Amino acid sequence: MYDFAFSKPTNVADAVKLLGDPDAKPISGGQTLIPVLKQRLNKPTTVVDLTKLGLSGITVTATTVTIGATTTHVTVATSADVAKAIPALAHLASHIGDRAVRYRGTIGGSLANNDPTADYPSAALALGATIKTDRRSIAADDYFQGMFTTALEPGEIITAVEFPIPEKAAYVKFPNPASRYAMVGVFVAKGPKGVRVAVTGAGQNGVFRHTAFETALAANFSAGALAGLATPADGMNADIHGSAAYRAHLVDVIAKRAVAAAG
Amino acid sequence: MNAPFEGIGASVRRKEDLRFISGNGHYTDDINRPGQLHAVIKRSDRPHAKILSIDTAAAQAAPGVVAVFTGADTAGLGSIPCGWQIHNKDGSPMAEPRHPVLAEGFVRHVGDPIAVVIADTKQHAKDAAELLAIDLEELPAVATVTAATAPGAYLVHEGAAGNLCYDWHLGDKAATEAAFASAAKIVKLDLENNRLIPNAMEPRAALGDFDASSGDYTLYTTSQNPHVIRLLMGAFVLGLPEHRLRVVAPDVGGGFGSKIYHYAEEAIVTWAAGKLKRPVKWTADRSESFMSDAHGRDHVSTAELALDAQGKFLGLKVHTLANMGAYLSTFATAVPTYLYATLLAGTYTTPVIYVEVKAVFTNTVPVDAYRGAGRPEATFLLERLVDVAAQETGLDRVEIRRKNFIPRDAFPYQTPVALQYDSGDYFATLDAALKTADWAGFPARRAAAAAKGKLRGIGISTYLEACGIAPSKVVGSLGARAGLYEVANIRVHPTGSVTVFTGTHSHGQGHETTMAQLVTDQLGVPFSQVDVVHGDTSKIPFGMGTYGSRSLAVGGSAMVKAMDKIILKGRKIAAHLLEADIDDIEFKDGKFTVAGTDRAKTFGEIALTAYVPHNYPIEELEPGLDETAFYDPKNFTYPGGCHICEVEIDPDTGVTKVINFTAVDDVGRVVNPMIVEGQVQGGVAQGIGQALLENAVYDENGQLLSGSFMDYTMPRADNLPNFSVATENTMCTHNPLGSKGCGEVGAIGSPPAVINAVVDALRDYGVRHINMPASPEKLWSIINAGRPAMAAE
Ligand SMILES: Cc1cc2nc3c(=O)[nH]c(=O)nc-3n(C[C@H](O)[C@H](O)[C@H](O)COP(=O)(O)OP(=O)(O)OC[C@H]3O[C@@H](n4cnc5c(N)ncnc54)[C@H](O)[C@@H]3O)c2cc1C
Repeated sequence: MYDFAFSKPTNVADAVKLLGDPDAKPISGGQTLIPVLKQRLNKPTTVVDLTKLGLSGITVTATTVTIGATTTHVTVATSADVAKAIPALAHLASHIGDRAVRYRGTIGGSLANNDPTADYPSAALALGATIKTDRRSIAADDYFQGMFTTALEPGEIITAVEFPIPEKAAYVKFPNPASRYAMVGVFVAKGPKGVRVAVTGAGQNGVFRHTAFETALAANFSAGALAGLATPADGMNADIHGSAAYRAHLVDVIAKRAVAAAG
Repeated sequence: MNAPFEGIGASVRRKEDLRFISGNGHYTDDINRPGQLHAVIKRSDRPHAKILSIDTAAAQAAPGVVAVFTGADTAGLGSIPCGWQIHNKDGSPMAEPRHPVLAEGFVRHVGDPIAVVIADTKQHAKDAAELLAIDLEELPAVATVTAATAPGAYLVHEGAAGNLCYDWHLGDKAATEAAFASAAKIVKLDLENNRLIPNAMEPRAALGDFDASSGDYTLYTTSQNPHVIRLLMGAFVLGLPEHRLRVVAPDVGGGFGSKIYHYAEEAIVTWAAGKLKRPVKWTADRSESFMSDAHGRDHVSTAELALDAQGKFLGLKVHTLANMGAYLSTFATAVPTYLYATLLAGTYTTPVIYVEVKAVFTNTVPVDAYRGAGRPEATFLLERLVDVAAQETGLDRVEIRRKNFIPRDAFPYQTPVALQYDSGDYFATLDAALKTADWAGFPARRAAAAAKGKLRGIGISTYLEACGIAPSKVVGSLGARAGLYEVANIRVHPTGSVTVFTGTHSHGQGHETTMAQLVTDQLGVPFSQVDVVHGDTSKIPFGMGTYGSRSLAVGGSAMVKAMDKIILKGRKIAAHLLEADIDDIEFKDGKFTVAGTDRAKTFGEIALTAYVPHNYPIEELEPGLDETAFYDPKNFTYPGGCHICEVEIDPDTGVTKVINFTAVDDVGRVVNPMIVEGQVQGGVAQGIGQALLENAVYDENGQLLSGSFMDYTMPRADNLPNFSVATENTMCTHNPLGSKGCGEVGAIGSPPAVINAVVDALRDYGVRHINMPASPEKLWSIINAGRPAMAAE
């Protein structure tokens, strides 16, 4: 990596101020940023550590689960409150990367990065989450804007993510055999915002809502309702692990499994 | 109280493991020398290009930079040598283009070293490497053997016409053709052996050190064979005599073959240390390893088997294109010839065999031996072909094998492809494996899986391999430029403890334990009193290193020979002390006894006497108890066995799960059953990896697409079942231990067992063959194509 300055502010205002420098970069768990720095693909002036801003923790109300931006994957995966309110979310977190990654990686980092094969974006989109930042609240539908692209402004910090508690939900992941990121991940939810199906890993533009599936499931929330609804291969990723057609097929298979798992 | 049994046959815990798992291992990158500099290698990101210019001025001027060298600076050095010369069919020698340590005029693969930047810190060296201005003119590239041998293909080396390194053959062509002419049935199969990236846990590293007062060089390196590196680098590349050059290979974190070879970086740091009069260290990044460690396998073959009406094999014809990559690595040329073609008789009595092998240059990383080296390629070809033959003749897969096995009483058995097997019992390993795997009960398990919507298959492979390399005279006649004996020095200390100096090298195999057990067994010295030293040319007389499962069969035999000398000398000393005739002195359980009496001297007493020779036959016998032996094997060793794999495929996704894996191997005498089991498990893990997961993929332009763990699928624990591993051993007849070797059998026997199981699982879909890896998409495509009716539902 290139040399950089490092600072570890203790309140959000100071962090935002430091990030006023357009070449400064926030770091949370570092599980994405550090590999990028090591490969010298990024040259920040200052790396601003967000983990001492008091943004870790989980709050559950009757209708929402709110997770602080610097909450680690393992915290979410092992939270009894999350397991009770939105078990699908705890399950999703428990399948991110490996144990070491889950102990450092955070939800804020994952959503800020918006890797097209990351798991959390599908949960945020399917559950209709609200991304809270130092300056505003962003609906998930407005937040994801294509791979590695989000509605965040330069220097804007995610502080928390608020998930409405669904009636039922499930996440099923078909991992890429090499990276174990999602080759196809489907999050289905039936809740206050209706039936929503979000697909990660498969699409060229990152996470997307599968409206054809949503319509079918709104009428009849069962795996059978998806029979015959073949996802088109257009717009799907293709690489050495799978063609667009294979990924499109996996979306169908995994979506049915997710619906079945949601019960 | 009896001492715990720690000799041959005991599953003694590995003494090296505490050091490894507690972070106290001592690896090359852990070594730092005063005044040390750091080297960063600038590598080609183009598969094939002409170097128009390199401007190093900005890099030279960058902070901390001490030197920048390019091919212009190293052009006077020798070519990185290839250790094995193969001859073409017409008797002419193979094409052997210069392999420079830094690119000279051209780059020929992604990862080819162009320049080295040496600075006070690695960070400064990396910063400066970015300032190198390198102007490349891209040339057409060939990445596969098929593309490289197509008419008019662009040449990787001007001197290698048709991109051929050699066009070689083995066997009796006329007799084979005659067998085919008389055959009742001919089975033909086209198949590929996928390219693999070894990915040892420890990346390669090298540290060159120069002592200005003595003029001596030391190279610390991640090597499986430090003496070989000293010879190759000293004699061929740098022109340094052995007495001026010490090579140390300390703890090495896995090699699998990839750390046998002499690499450019070793020569660069040693040469640069001498030039700069300061130590120079280089350690590979993981991504560097992907494009600079020698890759493995990469064959494209056509195989034909001729059978009579009863299913007896009459003859075999094989044609193989083997990828060498852009330059010849140390053993590269031997792998698809003498470690492959000679194995094509397998466990069968096929009377005539003809093999043609063309070795092909491509714009890819050099390819060389990787765990199994040639034998996995031969075994995959043969064991797939036999399964297809069973399918197409209607014979049972097990019966066709039994019918063609070399009979128990036929050993020594001369194959038509040069090798003479000394011992084996393929029926015994087959029967044991069938029983353990409950082969007979499979149909019920298949039906039960079908009821759950899963496709279950079972596959078998009955393999043979040749290891314990190798008789020097034989390999010399086949083109090896070195002998393949092994060396042991057994140093008994005055108080009776023992240090073993072995020319083999342990990089995970547990030699420190196994070899100490040999001493405990032979000399009766307690296990805790024996230390094994390897990996330092200044301590060990000589050695050829570790590969080809040779350490016990060859290195252990050298130890036995040296220990025989110790025992003989001990008997002489004992005869003197006990005033008996030497012929009456017996050595057993660590005691020298006058036969038929209770008059005895312990091993410790004899050792002390040897070093404190007050009462000693000093006129006839030198003091000391320290013996060295060189052991040259009389033949290869021939492990064999039977692997059975059971898989379940999810038809909706094409994902294969390995449910059971049974390995019954014949590895000869087992010294430490726990270590053997671990070696077989590791080998099978790599074999399952090759069969289902691993694949080094280049695009047609020569870019490496699987250049990191994000895309290269290493097998992980959850890809693997609980193995069932056992041995059914026949003894090697020509070495004193009877051991054959266990390091590679797992990786050799398993890939065809896995693919045979996958093909069996898909038998209702009209599948004949599947190339490795049997990836989910590949299998799903087959399943999907096979059930149009269901897809339309
Ligand atoms: C081996 C490995 C396997 C992995 N497998 C998976 C997987 O299976 N599924 C998966 O989804 N992910 C996977 N990941 C990624 C992991 O989940 C990361 O933790 C996550 O993508 C980023 O979180 P982080 O806290 O580490 O973020 P960091 O690496 O610290 O930051 C990532 C990016 O987000 C920015 N950022 C961080 N926090 C904030 C914030 N609060 N506000 C604004 N910007 C911010 C940073 O500047 C940076 O650009 C894997 C990672 C590794 C190393």
